[in-house]
Amino acid sequence: MSRKLAFDLQLIRKAILEISIESGEGHIPSAFSILEIVSVLYSSILNVEEICKGSTERDRFILSKGHGCLALYFILGEVGLIRRSDLASFCSFDGLLGGHPKRSIVHGIEASTGSLGHGLAIAVGLATSLKRRSSRARVYSLIGDGECNEGSVWEAALLASHNKLTNLMCIVDYNHSGDRALLLGDLGKKFDSFGFTVIDVDGHDINKLEIALSHVDQTNPVAVIAHTIKGRGLKMMENNPAWHHASPNLEQLRDFLTELSGNA
Amino acid sequence: MVLGDIGVFGFRAVTEQKPNSVVNIGVLEQAMIGFAAGLAMDGRIPVVHSIAPFIVERCLEQLKIDFGYQQLSGKFVSVGASFDYASAGCTHHCPEDIAILLGIPSLEIVVPGSGDEFSVLFSKSYANGNSTYYRLSETTNKSTQDVHFGEACLLREGTQGTVIAIGPTLDLALIASEHLDVSVLYFTTLRPFDSDSLRKATKSLRVFIIEPFYEGTMFPDVVYAFSGRDVRIGGKGVPRRFLGNYGTRDEHWADLGFGIDTVRSEMEDFFS
Repeated sequence: MSRKLAFDLQLIRKAILEISIESGEGHIPSAFSILEIVSVLYSSILNVEEICKGSTERDRFILSKGHGCLALYFILGEVGLIRRSDLASFCSFDGLLGGHPKRSIVHGIEASTGSLGHGLAIAVGLATSLKRRSSRARVYSLIGDGECNEGSVWEAALLASHNKLTNLMCIVDYNHSGDRALLLGDLGKKFDSFGFTVIDVDGHDINKLEIALSHVDQTNPVAVIAHTIKGRGLKMMENNPAWHHASPNLEQLRDFLTELSGNA
Repeated sequence: MVLGDIGVFGFRAVTEQKPNSVVNIGVLEQAMIGFAAGLAMDGRIPVVHSIAPFIVERCLEQLKIDFGYQQLSGKFVSVGASFDYASAGCTHHCPEDIAILLGIPSLEIVVPGSGDEFSVLFSKSYANGNSTYYRLSETTNKSTQDVHFGEACLLREGTQGTVIAIGPTLDLALIASEHLDVSVLYFTTLRPFDSDSLRKATKSLRVFIIEPFYEGTMFPDVVYAFSGRDVRIGGKGVPRRFLGNYGTRDEHWADLGFGIDTVRSEMEDFFS
């Protein structure tokens, strides 16, 4: 594994806010709820050197809940895979980066997600292919709890356990944003019944995430249920659906940046 | 090859000989296509097979995004064209498949007129790096043409217009038009559409299309081929309604007026 990377998540949260206001776009709370997860994947879990080379033996990370992409873009920026200028032109007409990830525009973006429910099945196909050719690469798919409403997620889960894809990890960003439509209850139990080995974890605790996300099971695919807070990092945004797809005005931005500086 | 729990018995010999090359994935079409996309991402060429409505409609968004938007290569072979599964009723019909798939940019579409033509066209396009839909049909032509992927075959030349035959409608087109002074142009590839051949074949701007799927599906391509010019377009196709009868596909074709005498008469009216 490559040397351990370190990310300043307060700085990244600030940067996400700033780009959101500049572009008038972005799903800030979704990016905030997954930021610790994505940062731990890139700091401690994925073989980042292979990802940077685009090697066929790279670990694959699929951000299936594509609207959280600002988190991924900025972590890839820290790793050197996305340029500052491309981050700055987020969602502009000719910009490289859009409101949802597009496959292969840079190393590290494996799938064009945005419509929920696609990523886990793709991850299952990838994991199957890698396993067949005895690759040591692993596949990680990050899905949301709202996304778990989609039947295609459970189709993929059936396949994953049937094929004993021990090289596959499904991470659920369980921020309860889907609760207002459908209560999912104990998601861990559901994945367990589908044949996954389940780990529940605080999705904002870096140390606990490092342990959970590095778990490999000898028999089953692993599901990590990361309990998170949508909008984590800013009191006004936390669990507030008004902020799902909204960008702050200047005054709000000032207040948010102050709050983030205070929390550092 | 990825089977949606369809055709498993038919492929049993291959499955035995090459177990690593065939996956019967089950009855989960959305995940089936996503799975195939994952295979394609790791450099394999997935060949996915199911009955037409299940491979086109059940998982259309996966075809659109996982393959179309992501520019991956997959081969999608359907069976049960239009109402081949006549006795099964409308849940197993799909005369709209081509009309729907034309909406996915860059998806190639092949409608062979016989099993041999499918073999030729599949072999030629299998490794071309694109995504392609192949429409297998129980209705076939009696003879096999010398087909080329992406090209229409000019089988007859005439001056009063063109009859376009698509896949399995060729026999009908040839016989019904044999006494008319028209070109007969045979299409087995619908995307990419060979507009050049259509323009070259058509001496008078009248085009009669026999479509083995929803009528009018290919009309826009004819309009675009003659962009800006007045062209009369007509033809024969499956009417856009749910077909409530059962029986056999031949009974359906007859009921829908695909008999030689009816089509001949309609062509005479059209070209006069």
